[in-house]
Amino acid sequence: MSWLDYFRAARKDEPPPSASAAKERLQIVLAHERIGRTREDFLPKLQQELVAVVARYVAIDPGKVKLDLDRGGDMSTLAIEIELPGPPANKPQQRAAAG
Amino acid sequence: MAQVIVVTSGKGGVGKTTTSAAFATGLAQRGKKTVVIDFDVGLRNLDLIMGVERRVVFDIVNVIQGEARLNQALIRDKRVDTLAILPASQTRDKDALTREGVSTIIEELSADFDYILCDSPAGIEKGALLALYFADQAIVVTNPEVSSVRDSDRILGVLQSKSKRAEEKRDKVKEHLLVTRYDPNRVERGEMLKLEDVREILAIPLLGVVPENESVLKASNTGTPVIMDTESVAGQAYKDAVGRFLGEDLPHRFLEPEKKPGLFKRLFGGRAA
Ligand SMILES: Nc1ncnc2c1ncn2[C@@H]1O[C@H](COP(=O)(O)OP(=O)(O)OP(=O)(O)O)[C@@H](O)[C@H]1O
Ligand SMILES: [Mg+2]
Repeated sequence: MSWLDYFRAARKDEPPPSASAAKERLQIVLAHERIGRTREDFLPKLQQELVAVVARYVAIDPGKVKLDLDRGGDMSTLAIEIELPGPPANKPQQRAAAG
Repeated sequence: MAQVIVVTSGKGGVGKTTTSAAFATGLAQRGKKTVVIDFDVGLRNLDLIMGVERRVVFDIVNVIQGEARLNQALIRDKRVDTLAILPASQTRDKDALTREGVSTIIEELSADFDYILCDSPAGIEKGALLALYFADQAIVVTNPEVSSVRDSDRILGVLQSKSKRAEEKRDKVKEHLLVTRYDPNRVERGEMLKLEDVREILAIPLLGVVPENESVLKASNTGTPVIMDTESVAGQAYKDAVGRFLGEDLPHRFLEPEKKPGLFKRLFGGRAA
């Protein structure tokens, strides 16, 4: 960094350089992809089995199963949202979430 | 019925994915229900450019092979609620995509979306052919450079012979030229093909010109489609292109070299040479 850059940085409130965001994002996504190369991605199967278990207890519409994954560095979260049919009356539908 | 738009080029690395992300986001920002599909099976990147890479569970191949439902594979954008992304598979090869499979997906998406954007892989092989097969319209991304212009011409030929519309002898695929990575300074110095030259050679309607701009790299670093950087010239150029696509009559901008202030002026804001 030349001394000129200090002038520029001082003039504008520059956001943090985006390259560090790039590195962090790459590290996370690649860590997960490298695991996937050696063993099969279990998520499809996990999801199928979870839905099958729920279906044993309640009649669910397999189209109304929503998955939300967030792969993190230290921890990932998987939210599975299954719409359970409500009681026959006009009550709002219940939701179950497994995390 | 949704309109299917393929973003294609023949040549690699000219800005298809950048354009797909920007254009899809732009259409969605204008209230159009938009889904953008990554057709680059084995080398997915749209997820990174859209900033949703951490949220990918299923992909288009899972849907085609019946391992997931379409609505489970669709990633809803958290910034623009009318926008969804269907990622490519990173682990399977291109043969996992079948025409029947893609056809079913597009039909199903047609019911829920206004626009289906297909981010084509480079080349004119299977993946690229499949990406353009169902297209109603094509955005041909071209750099002002000899090999890119030649490949664009080639892909225009493919669009008019191998697309579904061509096979069924219906109205031809509507073509739009999008010139990207345009550097007016180099054009002025005579080092780069002029816009007029590219237009004259390819002879299809011009949708827009996106200048070479460092904000594109910055946007990819953070996973923000560059159209969201409303300060940047590339973002503004994409916004204009979306406007024109939706029928607005907007003049083309950023075609002339920017008059760069001298170093003295940049430092002290005074008058310089
Ligand atoms: N207007 C622009 N200004 C500066 N850089 C750009 C611009 N458009 C694209 N790029 C850069 O060009 C490179 C290729 O872009 P992109 O990935 O969008 O191309 P592509 O056509 O999808 O490539 P591929 O054929 O490999 O799929 C990227 O590094 C991107 O940041
Ligand atoms: Mg690409």
